[in-house]
Amino acid sequence: MATVAADRLFGKSIKRREDPRFITGRGQYVDDLKLPGMTYAAFVRSPHAHARIRKIDTAAAMRHPGVVAVFTGKDMTGVNSLPCGWDLRKAKNIPGVVQDLAIVPHMPLSSDAARHVGDPVAVVIADSHEAAVDGAEKVQVDWEPLPSVTITEKAVESGAPKLHEGAPGNVAFKWEIGDRAATDAAFKTPGAVTVKKRIVNQRLVANAMEPRACVARFDEATGELTLWVTSQNPHVHRLLMCAFVLGIPEHKVRVIAPDVGGGFGSKVFLYNEEVVCSWATRRLKRPVRWTASRTEAYQTDAHGRDHVTDAEIALSPEGKMLGLRVKTTANLGAYLSTFAPAIPTFLYGTLLNGVYTFGAIHCEVTGVFSNTTAVDAYRGAGRPEACYLLERIVDAGARAIKMDVAELRKKNFIPKFSGAYQTLVAVSYDSGDYGLAFDRCLQMLDYKKFRTEQEAARKQGRLLGIGFSTYIEACSIAPSKLVGALGAGAGLYESGKVRVHPTGMVTVYTGSHSHGQGHETTFAQLVADKLGIPIEQVEIVHGDTGQIPFGMGTYGSRSGSVGGTAILMSLNKVIEKGKKIAAHLLEASPNDIDFSGGQFQVKGAPGKAVPFGAVSLTAYVPHNFPEGVEPGLEETSFYDPSNFCFPFGAHACIVEVDRETGNVRILRYLAVDDVGNVINPMIVDGMVHGGIAQGVGQALCEGAVYDGQSGQLVTGTMMDYALPKADMLPMYETDRTVTPTPVNPMGLKGAGETGTIAATPAVVNAVVDALAPLGVDHIEEMPMSAQRVWKIIQGAKSAR
Amino acid sequence: MYPAAFEYHAPGSVKEALDLLGKHKDDAKLLAGGHSLIPMMKLRLAQPKHLIDLRKISGLTGIKQDGNVLAIGAMTTHWDVESSQLVKSKLAVLSEVAALIGDPAVRNKGTIGGSVAHADPAADYPAAIIALGAEMVCEGAKGRRTVKVDDWFKGLMATAVGEDEILVEVRVPVLAAKTGAAYMKFPHPASRFAVVGVAAAVTLDGNGACSKASIGITGAGTKAVRAKGVEAGCTGKRLDAAAIEAAAQKAAEGVDVQADLQGSVEYKSHLCRVFAKRALTEAVKRAGG
Amino acid sequence: MKLPVKMTINGQSYSHEVEPRLLLVHYIRETVGLTGTHVGCDTSQCGACTIIMDGQAVKACNFFAVQADGANIMTIEGLAKDGELHPIQQGFWEKHGLQCGFCTPGMIMSVYQMLERYPKPSEELIRHQLEGNLCRCTGYHNIVKAIEWAAEHMPAKK
Repeated sequence: MATVAADRLFGKSIKRREDPRFITGRGQYVDDLKLPGMTYAAFVRSPHAHARIRKIDTAAAMRHPGVVAVFTGKDMTGVNSLPCGWDLRKAKNIPGVVQDLAIVPHMPLSSDAARHVGDPVAVVIADSHEAAVDGAEKVQVDWEPLPSVTITEKAVESGAPKLHEGAPGNVAFKWEIGDRAATDAAFKTPGAVTVKKRIVNQRLVANAMEPRACVARFDEATGELTLWVTSQNPHVHRLLMCAFVLGIPEHKVRVIAPDVGGGFGSKVFLYNEEVVCSWATRRLKRPVRWTASRTEAYQTDAHGRDHVTDAEIALSPEGKMLGLRVKTTANLGAYLSTFAPAIPTFLYGTLLNGVYTFGAIHCEVTGVFSNTTAVDAYRGAGRPEACYLLERIVDAGARAIKMDVAELRKKNFIPKFSGAYQTLVAVSYDSGDYGLAFDRCLQMLDYKKFRTEQEAARKQGRLLGIGFSTYIEACSIAPSKLVGALGAGAGLYESGKVRVHPTGMVTVYTGSHSHGQGHETTFAQLVADKLGIPIEQVEIVHGDTGQIPFGMGTYGSRSGSVGGTAILMSLNKVIEKGKKIAAHLLEASPNDIDFSGGQFQVKGAPGKAVPFGAVSLTAYVPHNFPEGVEPGLEETSFYDPSNFCFPFGAHACIVEVDRETGNVRILRYLAVDDVGNVINPMIVDGMVHGGIAQGVGQALCEGAVYDGQSGQLVTGTMMDYALPKADMLPMYETDRTVTPTPVNPMGLKGAGETGTIAATPAVVNAVVDALAPLGVDHIEEMPMSAQRVWKIIQGAKSAR
Repeated sequence: MYPAAFEYHAPGSVKEALDLLGKHKDDAKLLAGGHSLIPMMKLRLAQPKHLIDLRKISGLTGIKQDGNVLAIGAMTTHWDVESSQLVKSKLAVLSEVAALIGDPAVRNKGTIGGSVAHADPAADYPAAIIALGAEMVCEGAKGRRTVKVDDWFKGLMATAVGEDEILVEVRVPVLAAKTGAAYMKFPHPASRFAVVGVAAAVTLDGNGACSKASIGITGAGTKAVRAKGVEAGCTGKRLDAAAIEAAAQKAAEGVDVQADLQGSVEYKSHLCRVFAKRALTEAVKRAGG
Repeated sequence: MKLPVKMTINGQSYSHEVEPRLLLVHYIRETVGLTGTHVGCDTSQCGACTIIMDGQAVKACNFFAVQADGANIMTIEGLAKDGELHPIQQGFWEKHGLQCGFCTPGMIMSVYQMLERYPKPSEELIRHQLEGNLCRCTGYHNIVKAIEWAAEHMPAKK
């Protein structure tokens, strides 16, 4: 698969087929929907971080003109808690893993207490947006404010305000992985140099540009509920809502995720609002619509990251990585979001081997509740946290033994392999050539030349620095049996149905969902190539449970590798059946039929061939047809991967720090990524660009901040939470190495999250390097705002 | 996202607008470009019952040279100031300040009068009009009066414009001979308001020493202020790097520095000094020094 | 109390009675039914709502419909003429300047003004002029490339 034939689409950067509707303003996003008789919902939310609900008086709201109904939690009888889909307690038989999890209630509308600013306690439904919002202001909640705790480390201090009866000390879980005894021994190796650093991975807000929204419509005549929702995984939404929360029959519910404006994980989860709207429409027999304001999105979209870690590395004086010891406190927020417990555990601890050979590793994680928005997967989901701390502590280790940061990495890379590399933290990598990617990066950047330039700049008093990030991550999630054993409440396979129409056109139904990933193009490239038909004859359908077999959706960089493979399996089945039909038409044996270039032909007899379109027509007009073969030509497959896939690479960032203000400016950003084979290079590049921007954002300007006293979300709007803008980012210099994965037939590792995972430590390492002449050897916290960097510079000055 | 209900008026003259103001008093707000007021209304932080839109009143836009003053109508947009050939040739620094406000779409609608009357503590214009020694022309029922900039900014978002008056014009003197002016800003990473913004206008005498220094500082405090200490440190001196550095040390004096996520009192005071130095350095260069 | 507004959008005249507090972006999306202009925030940062009003880029979320009485407006739906894409639209397509598409209409309308004012913008100018438009998907790299492509393919000014 290394080279691409001229007429092949796999590997080609063709323009996206979905773009015409987006560039002309004809996308169909949830908030664009208009249904007859539609009502509008506005939620009443807690202004307090923590408060008991004494009473909710809805009378004045009910009387407001245009208001149709007002509901509180008490009205929603028979409705269950929003489920947590990953029960760590079920992680049986995993050596070295201690499982424990406090499953606490999470009602769609809380009746007893509000546990974070923005926690919804009532909903007002009206004939217009304005009436709903005006009505919501008239709902009177008698609050009894309680002490709150929002700061991660403070949540587990004795005496901290308690959020849930079932979680003493606000501990949600305790978890560990690796070999504690071996790690302790490694740190005691005679002559070992050990470095310990506090590393904070700050809380982030996903900020997809489209705020969350839903429209729920109940058809009384048919008993069917249709829910349009900004979801990355409509089947998952349907299953969770029907089976766990509302108890309504799954086959009578259709969930549609139309065009969705970005997700980055935040639109994976089942949220209060779509559940309430789905419940309400069944009561009111009218469609109910809700769209988040950006302020609401800040308060309720699942947040990301929020780890505080003590990380230690032990090195031999010659630079061999002897051991890694990690103690992390992970803030889960006020409730357990859908996948929350998995993020700081199985998607985190299992990546701590990195691309290095270690002697021993041990990691323990405590998950804590706090009066903040629930935390769950955000682009990278656990792997950025792992990569960040590893790349930071490796740099710290290099400085401690006075070794060049590139040299230390090279000394410890796992040598090139394909097939399996068993790590010390449960997972087995698929294939890798870590040294190759890093060498390519160093070559692109001309590392020696940069260090010379840096020396000269330093003599002029300029603070120039370079940082690396040689990352690995686990995606293409995941083998169902494996994740089930770890506590997942679902499988992680993917569905792909290929329906060939009589005229040879093809519709593909995929359980994956595109909210920016371009599947309508990349999947069509795959299908057109395989069937040898023009891409115009291929249609990709996603995002509708009414049309698509059960699928798990798009997150964890799984669409190409898992979704694509399911489609490939169905394509292979279609071709196999096509061969039987063709054989009959050609009066040959199916074993003697080759399929290539869109033609079924008899081996060795090129004149004896029938085109794909003739076979498809025959399938549906089976007059001249083989015995024992059913008419029709459509196949469904469910692909359950045998392993994760592990993309890897090397990023480098060059920065300059303004000594007077502390402002950090990126001069260059380079990325060499290995995502295995690539269907559409342009689209993969786009994924990398976007991911880098988010990683840079975390490093330089983003951060969800709660006031420790009041519990208010201080960064509650786009005026306060700084998202990266065009003028603070450079053009990215990107390249790829290609190490196909043996896990799936197309050799795709997955690409969507690599940029985000790699970028953050590259930027921070660069700033530490820039400040090294001042005696700075570590930066604990992010973002590296100008003020933070300035303070570090001042601190370093006075320490001398 | 949905403001509280209000009544909307679009008077055709200043007199009509004043009548409406007089009638509705505290229940009314004037609407100029709307790029400070409407965001507050959308979050329901402001809920005026009456909105008096000034857009239909003629004579409030435009930039004219009136002697050695640029007379700028209060409803003149930031883009108009940014792109004006007259401003670029006679008072380039003002064009530069306007170009740094918000973003291009905001600059198409935001007005100098709105900015100066609303007096957001982190707005850019206030520093510049202090440094340039502007005057504000207010019109009330009794006619027009002029307020010097040093009497304009009273407190947090409070200015000298009376409750029964409308700011109609901002008059900014063109730079005298051998005068250079510059505005340097440290932008908030999210809102792009000024965390600190310093405008400096420096006049040099025949010997190359500073005969006059006029400095306005915005962003760090509750209102824009004149940096009198810095001015005193400049006047009469040859403004080489050391002199500028020394004078700039006084930049935070008189600024009621407010700590927030972007900066502690210590850091923001430091930024005042840094940007005073940078603005002065550039101003001196432009003055020919 | 509702007030009458009349405005031209994409060459067509619209007349309605609206509440003064109705934001222009909601008028365009809900009353007129042109949903290509999007709402991405509530503090005027994101730019997804950018339209061209009387020849200038305006954030429609920060304007009341009543203020736009008599205005001549172009939204994203009005950019392509007779089915032919504008060079800016074509540039975004050629250079993969969009992923989820949500910021795209507002981005394109901002670029429309940018290229009118600065026909040959440098990368630095482009990035500065995009201060009012946020994208979370592309990292801006291909947006810059799309704008450079569009600048090269704009019809010569008469």
